[in-house]
Amino acid sequence: MMLIPCPWCGPRDETEFVYGEAALERPADPHALSDQEWTDYLYFRDNPKGEHTERWFHRAGCHHWFTVERNTVTHVISAAYPPGKAEKS
Amino acid sequence: MSRQVWRTEAGGHGIDRKQPVSFSFNQFRLEGYAGDTVASALLANGVRLVGRSFKYHRPRGILGIGSEEPNAILHIGEGARREPNTRATVQELYQDLVASSQNHWPSLKFDLGAAVGLAGALFPAGFYYKTFITSPKRWLWYEKHIRRMAGLGEPPTEADPDHYEHRNAHCDLLIAGGGPTGLAAALAAGAAGAKVILVEENPALGGQMLLAPQQVDGMSGQDWAEQARAQLDAMPNVQVLTRTSVAGVYEHDLFTLVERLGDHLAEPEAHQPRQRFWRVRASDAIFATGAIERPIAFANNDRPGVMLLSAVRGYLERYGILAGKTAVLFANNDSVYAAARELAAAGMRVEAIVDSRPFVSEAAALAKADKLHVLTGHGVTAARGMREVHGADVAPIDANGRLKGVTKTLPCDLIAVSGGWNPAVHLHAQSRGRMAFRDDLAAFVPDTDGAAYTSAGAVTGAYDLAECLQQGFAAGNAAAKALGLDSTAPTLPTATGDTVGEAPVLWAVQAPKGARCFVDFQNDVTTKDVGLAHRENYVSVEHLKRYTTLGMGTDQGKTSNVAGLAMMAAKRGQPIPAVGTTTFRPPYTPFTFNAMVGGHTGEIGNSVRRTAAHDWHAANGGVFTDAAGWARPMYYETEGLTPQQRIDEEVLAVRKSVGVVDVSTLGKLDIQGPDAAEFLDRVYTNRFSTLKVGRGRYGVMLREDGRVYDDGVTMRLADDHFHMTTTTNHSGSMFQHLEYLLQVVWPDLRVFVTPVTEQWFTAAISGPNARALLADLAPAVDVSNEALPMMGMAEGLVAGIPARIFRLSFSGEIAYEINVDADYGLALWNGILSAGAAHDLKVYGTEAMGTLRIEKGHFTHAEADGRITPDDLGLGGMVTKGKDCIGKRSLSLPDLVAPGRKQLVGFIAAEGERIPVGAQIAALDDLDAVQEALGHTTSQAYSATLGRHIALGLMKDGRNMHGRKLYALSPVLGERAAVEVVSPHFYDPEGGRQRG
Ligand SMILES: [Zn+2]
Repeated sequence: MMLIPCPWCGPRDETEFVYGEAALERPADPHALSDQEWTDYLYFRDNPKGEHTERWFHRAGCHHWFTVERNTVTHVISAAYPPGKAEKS
Repeated sequence: MSRQVWRTEAGGHGIDRKQPVSFSFNQFRLEGYAGDTVASALLANGVRLVGRSFKYHRPRGILGIGSEEPNAILHIGEGARREPNTRATVQELYQDLVASSQNHWPSLKFDLGAAVGLAGALFPAGFYYKTFITSPKRWLWYEKHIRRMAGLGEPPTEADPDHYEHRNAHCDLLIAGGGPTGLAAALAAGAAGAKVILVEENPALGGQMLLAPQQVDGMSGQDWAEQARAQLDAMPNVQVLTRTSVAGVYEHDLFTLVERLGDHLAEPEAHQPRQRFWRVRASDAIFATGAIERPIAFANNDRPGVMLLSAVRGYLERYGILAGKTAVLFANNDSVYAAARELAAAGMRVEAIVDSRPFVSEAAALAKADKLHVLTGHGVTAARGMREVHGADVAPIDANGRLKGVTKTLPCDLIAVSGGWNPAVHLHAQSRGRMAFRDDLAAFVPDTDGAAYTSAGAVTGAYDLAECLQQGFAAGNAAAKALGLDSTAPTLPTATGDTVGEAPVLWAVQAPKGARCFVDFQNDVTTKDVGLAHRENYVSVEHLKRYTTLGMGTDQGKTSNVAGLAMMAAKRGQPIPAVGTTTFRPPYTPFTFNAMVGGHTGEIGNSVRRTAAHDWHAANGGVFTDAAGWARPMYYETEGLTPQQRIDEEVLAVRKSVGVVDVSTLGKLDIQGPDAAEFLDRVYTNRFSTLKVGRGRYGVMLREDGRVYDDGVTMRLADDHFHMTTTTNHSGSMFQHLEYLLQVVWPDLRVFVTPVTEQWFTAAISGPNARALLADLAPAVDVSNEALPMMGMAEGLVAGIPARIFRLSFSGEIAYEINVDADYGLALWNGILSAGAAHDLKVYGTEAMGTLRIEKGHFTHAEADGRITPDDLGLGGMVTKGKDCIGKRSLSLPDLVAPGRKQLVGFIAAEGERIPVGAQIAALDDLDAVQEALGHTTSQAYSATLGRHIALGLMKDGRNMHGRKLYALSPVLGERAAVEVVSPHFYDPEGGRQRG
């Protein structure tokens, strides 16, 4: 069970959180994309062995979504910050 | 009551001879002493046949003395407290303990499986693999026989009468293992002020110091351990947990522990949990987990009376037991010489010391000089005897265990074996630590490079007591220093203990043809099985494990894994580290599900949400179902009516007079802010910004992939204020979804979303008399069709309670949803019921509600199953043009507009026929025919309104199929019905009734 550093609440047990998914930016205008580009956004995800940027929701806490940089092998969390803030600083 | 024939006259510091304890084993009454384990008490009584093996049903005895025991696993306790697969070597004795053996049929002494050799024929290595691969059907035939032949104990069938709990803790330093190393580490770190938790699986601290005579600072190892315990108990910053195992090491410094508080008692005290599951976050950890002695394989090395040498010594030292009268000791190291002297001094006849090493060590020379019978360069080739050992075949062997000379048989009833030690690297491995292979020990030790935590003592290959103490102090000091604590090392005690000397590895001694040499006792894996796996080209250790089941027992191969992979390496002609180890997974030792579950049982584990009117439902025949955690009445049991008859009455009341249903479980979200309308336009397929204040609109939401996600009615309370309803199922996830969009996707929108499901109690009244009933309930509210039309709302007192009234209909009749503060829910409910008497009001449940909505063709998640678009449901018109929303882009993807998609239809059964649940729709009325499934049913009900069984379903090109006569078939249930495909709107398709 991980200890996830919520940017608002501090480190809390994983059981308080809900995993969202990879931190992708939603295309501003989906209709400007080809079918291929849109379905790539919908369905295709990297499955890295290593660093992964993802979103978590502090469901049993402050109800904030935030971004986490986590190593999928070691679970080491190198950063956690509000969405839109300093992604990949 | 038998006498304790194998107990020595005196000695055994772990038992209290003044406190006899009686117990039973397979219904024989026996006696031991307080402090005994079940294993030591059985041995004290000369009982060594304790079970039958898993596959071959061979007689088995006690091999070891600790948690590594593979053989002696028993049922302990009776009735609801019977615990299967309990290691006799760990289970402490208590008064009137009931123990029985597992895996034998019909009796322990005469086992049919073993007698006819049936098991041998059934279970070659790879049996499970081969059977599954060649014929799954054969597996079914085998399975029932295997169940009887090879079970692993019987679980109790009654509910567990004991309780269990979880505890969370934080500390600076977790020390796993309370032997000399762990004690030294705890003394050092504790003295420096670190917050320490010291964990020891046995009831007493001391580890190996309790199992062989050793000296520390001029006192016995046992006395030194007691003194250390007293010192630690005096430190407020140190917590010592005995009878506790570190089960697992997880990411972010999480350790799980299992503390056995009541397993050594017949019954825990009323207030006392039986077991406690700990989750500890520790800044640092020291693994002082010791090492496990390993056997050497030889023919019939599983016979009762073949034991680990350290166990034989331990039973003497701690429990005052001679585990045999005449012993042959067989080892590859010098510990055998100290053992021989201890055993001889206690009165055992040591027939021979068989030393596999080709040279004469110093200890061997001393023993020879003392006229002990020492055979160097020899090995035990076979154990003689069936149900117990009565001799050992001994022969000269070479370094690889091959016979070099003539075999002679030595009489003995005990063969004690030591093939060296395997460091207990499990926790280090679980913490993602790498392994290093020490050729001199032929063992894997923790690789310090990159290790997250410190390993110290025997787990690092330090088998010498003084070295263990020194490593423990050093590790404790280093941990304290790393915490920034001022640490002065306690003075290193002087210590004398065993010497092991040079221990050239010997895994197995060459066996006579046809003999079985066991590597894994618990899973009956022999040296031959390892060879077979190699011949069949299973080259990886993970494959070896799964093919032979080596190490897959409850002991997880603690005494067998390394030997198995060493044999594999030899067959492949590779060094052992090149073959590698299998993955070490938690738990280190097995523990119960109960501990894992802790107090999370019953309603605490699966909490039930109840509406404000729950007690009324329960008191008035409500038969509950679970809906997203809510207890909802399906219908109300009524004397003299079958459930279907009652449901029919409920449905007809709504159609003919008026019904009331508790719909508090619908999800409710309060949405406010200047951009609230814009936000709703972006999440619903249709538009809400054009909605007038005081009006509501039905909306559909999509997932980003274009499939229907949820639906419901949202009312506009003010320009910047909306009340959204969601389905019961999505009341939780909807909030998360909307927050995601607001916080991540459109952070510029000024909107607040507040979940208010529990704040409101909602009752829906529907039926032709609904308006008249509402008028009686809310005299001050104008309920006329003009003032309160379909999708309108009003505020006012209902039954004297401030309420929001939404006029919307799920049933197709005139209907109102009355929302009040949940605290007044029951009062509203009762108010509606008393006013309803004059209007033929009947309460209805989810079954009638479901029937009413099927009659109207409204979809739920049964229809919108995650693959369905609005157009599939016939709701394509609800996707408003000229604005975007979540998921809209996907609706134009080729697959979502392709012809031949499944579409929502209705099915009406032929008179008197009943549509099976989960039916497939087909052209031929034949349950056995192989034919195309044209569609399937999703919801079905008996419609009292129409007098027919009806269903909703999805059908390829369904809207063009209306009028087709087909069949609803369920080969699973063996049921069928003739059906006609119709519009899903069975009842009042124009919707005039609800608007009236
Ligand atoms: Zn938080």
